[in-house]
Amino acid sequence: MGIKVIEEKCIGCGLCVKVCPFAVIRIENKKAIIDEAGCNLCGACVTACKKFQAIEIKREEQTPQTKDLSAYSGIWVFAEHRDGKIQNVTYELLGEAQLLAKDLNCEIAAVLLGDSGIEKETENLFAHGAQKVYLVCDPELKDYRTAPYTRVITGLIDKYKPEIMLIGATTTGRDLAARMAIRINCGLTADCTGLAIDPERKILLQTRPAFGGNIMATIISPNHRPQMATVRPKVFRKSKIQNPKSQIIRENPNIQTEDLLVKLIEIVKDESAKVNLQDAEIIVSGGRGIGDPKNFAIIEELAKVLGGAVGASRATVDAGWISAHHQVGQTGKTVAPKLYVACGISGKIQHLVGMQGADTIIAINKDPDAPIFKVATYGIVGDVLEIVPLLIRKIQEVRG
Amino acid sequence: MDIIVCIKQVPDTTEVKINPETNTLVREGVPSIVNPFDENAIEAALALKEQHGGKVTVITMGPPQAKEALKQAVAMGADEVYLVSDRAFAGSDTWATSYTLAQAIKKIGKYDLILCGKQAIDGDTAQVGPGIAEWLNIPQATFAVKIEVADNKAKVERMLEEENEIVEIPLPAVITVVKQINEPRMPSLKGMMKAKKSEIPTLSLADINGDPEKAGLKGSPTQVVKIFSPPAKGGGEMLTGEPADIAAGVVAKIKERKII
Ligand SMILES: Cc1cc2nc3c(=O)[nH]c(=O)nc-3n(C[C@H](O)[C@H](O)[C@H](O)COP(=O)(O)OP(=O)(O)OC[C@H]3O[C@@H](n4cnc5c(N)ncnc54)[C@H](O)[C@@H]3O)c2cc1C
Ligand SMILES: Nc1ncnc2c1ncn2[C@@H]1O[C@H](COP(=O)(O)O)[C@@H](O)[C@H]1O
Repeated sequence: MGIKVIEEKCIGCGLCVKVCPFAVIRIENKKAIIDEAGCNLCGACVTACKKFQAIEIKREEQTPQTKDLSAYSGIWVFAEHRDGKIQNVTYELLGEAQLLAKDLNCEIAAVLLGDSGIEKETENLFAHGAQKVYLVCDPELKDYRTAPYTRVITGLIDKYKPEIMLIGATTTGRDLAARMAIRINCGLTADCTGLAIDPERKILLQTRPAFGGNIMATIISPNHRPQMATVRPKVFRKSKIQNPKSQIIRENPNIQTEDLLVKLIEIVKDESAKVNLQDAEIIVSGGRGIGDPKNFAIIEELAKVLGGAVGASRATVDAGWISAHHQVGQTGKTVAPKLYVACGISGKIQHLVGMQGADTIIAINKDPDAPIFKVATYGIVGDVLEIVPLLIRKIQEVRG
Repeated sequence: MDIIVCIKQVPDTTEVKINPETNTLVREGVPSIVNPFDENAIEAALALKEQHGGKVTVITMGPPQAKEALKQAVAMGADEVYLVSDRAFAGSDTWATSYTLAQAIKKIGKYDLILCGKQAIDGDTAQVGPGIAEWLNIPQATFAVKIEVADNKAKVERMLEEENEIVEIPLPAVITVVKQINEPRMPSLKGMMKAKKSEIPTLSLADINGDPEKAGLKGSPTQVVKIFSPPAKGGGEMLTGEPADIAAGVVAKIKERKII
C-alpha cells in the first residue's frame, strides 16, 4: 500500500492525528501509526508533517500509462442547454478554458448536441471563445438524456481525442460526466472550484472542496485522457473573446436503440422558483431565524423591492417552509450574486460554501457570534422581523 | 422485488471544526454516520418492499468499522447486508469504488433496482451511482424525489435546478435519491436486537472476482496531490446603533456600491 510513516523522522507530535479527516492515525510509543484500511491517501497528514517529512505516500503502484497520451490535445467544453438556450456555466467554462489554453498552447472546442434547432446556438459559443464546435443534431438529442448523450460524446472523444474535458457541475453535467468517465476509462474530479495547468508536467490541477467545504483538495489524473472535471457554476468568469477562425464540425449521431430506454414524460415547473437563482444578481435568503413560514412574505418583499430572487437555508427547506429549489449551499445551489442578504441564517459551512462568492453580503442575525458574520461585508446584529421591514421602507424611499 | 442499496459510512461533516489558530481540520471526536442521503435510499427501498414485496439488501464498501453502518441498516429493516472490504480497496476513487460495488452486486446476484444516495457528504461527488450503472450496463435516474414502480418499470421524478422532470425507466436500473424523497424511519427495537446479534458477511476482492488492476489505489485514475484549508475569509463591518439608522446606513452603502 501507499502510505508509510518513516519512524526515524517521526517525533510523535500528533499533528497528523489532528488533521486526518478519517481519524485513522494514532500515536503509540511516540510514533504515528496509520490504520491503512481506513486511509484514503488524501495526503492531509503529509502536508501537516511538512516540517519533519515523516509520512510518505508512494504512488508508483498506480497503473502505468498504457495509452499514448501525446495523441490527445485541446480543451473541450460540454455545451449544456435547457429549452434550447445554452446555460451560463458553459460560457464560464469557455472563459476558464482560455486561461488554461494559454499554458497548453492548444485549441478550445465546444461540444453541442441537440435537435436541428440548436445549431443557431453555435454563434453564442463562438462569441464566448470556442474555436470549434462539434455539432451533433438528432431529434433524440433535443433534451438531455443520459444514454444517448453519453454514447455520442464518448464517440467524439474516441475520434478526436481531447486532452481535457470540462463539464458544468449541474444536475445534468454530473449525471453525464460520471457515466462517461467509466465508459472511456478516465479519471473525473467532481465540482471543481479551481483549475490550473502544472507548469512542468503540463497536466490539469483540479481543486475542489471536500468534507462539506471544510478542506480543499487538489486532484490530478496524470495517466488517463481526457482529464475530466465537472466545474461548479458561478466560479469562473465568462469571456468575450470572439475567435475569427471559428469552425463547425458536424458529426452523425451513433445512437443505438438501447440508448432510448429511458423516456421523458413530463416537466414539472416549480412556480415558486420562477426566478433562476443561479443567475440572479441579487438574492435575499431566509433561514430558520425568520421564525415562521409566513415570514417568507417579508423576505419575498425585500427581494421584490431589490429586484432579486428568494433563497433559503436548508433548515427552512427541511421544515417545509419553502421548496427545495430555493436552497443555497452544499446540497443546494451555488450562487454568486452582486448582493446576498442572509436573514436569520446561522452560516454553517454547508450554507457558506454556496454563497460566499457573492460580491457583497449583508447578514442579519440576532446572535453576534453567528458564523455568517465571518463572511458578511455588512453585519447587522438584530431581529430580522424588525430590520427587514425597515430595509424595505428605506429602499423604497431611496428609489423614490 | 429485489433491491440493493449502496451506503457509505462518512464522518459527520457538520461536526468537523476548523481550529481557528492553525486553520486546520479538527477531526478528533467527530462521529461516523451513515451518509444522510443513503438513509433516504434505505427508506425508499423499505417502502418499495412494503408495497411490492421482495428483499432489501444493503451493501457498503469500506474498512471493518463500516459494519456499524450496516448494523444501522439492519435495525431499520434491511433483510441482508454485506461488507465489501479488503486491503486492496484502500485508496479507491469513484472509478474504482463503482467498479468494486458493481462487482459485489454481480456476486450478490439478482436485483430489480439499485438505490444510492445522491452523493456522499465527505466527497460530494455524486459519481458512484452513475458509475455503478455504467459498469452494470443498465439505465440510471439520478436525483430522484419520487419513485413509483409498476410493470417492471419505474416512474421517477428527478429534482433539477429549476424544475423537476418525470422519466420512465425500465428495470433493472440505478436510481439515486435526494433528501426530499422521504423521512428515514427510526430503527425499531426489534430491529436493534436483530442488528446486535447479526453476523455481517464480508466480501473480499477474491470473493467478488475483482480485478486487482481495477480496484483500490491501483485502479484509481485520480490522485489527490494536496489537501489544504480553504483561505479564511475575514469578516466585514459590523453595523451598530438604532435599527432605523442601521437600515439607512446599509441602504446608503449598497447605493454607494451601485447595487441599487
Ligand atoms: C450533508 C449536509 C448538507 C447540507 N447542505 C446544506 C445546504 O445546501 N444549505 C444549507 O443552508 N444548509 C445545509 N446543511 C445544513 C446546515 O448545516 C445548517 O443546519 C443550516 O444551514 C442551518 O440553517 P439556518 O441557518 O436557517 O438555521 P439555524 O442554524 O437554526 O440558524 C438560525 C439563525 O437565526 C438566528 N435568529 C433566530 N431568530 C432570529 C431573529 N428573530 N432575528 C435574526 N436572527 C435570528 C439565530 O441566531 C441563528 O443563527 C447541510 C447539512 C448537512 C449535514
Ligand atoms: N464506499 C461505498 N460503499 C457503498 N456505497 C457507496 C460508497 N461510496 C459511494 N456509495 C454510494 O454512492 C453514492 C454517491 O457517492 P459519491 O459518488 O461518493 O458522492 C452514495 O450516496 C452511496 O449510495
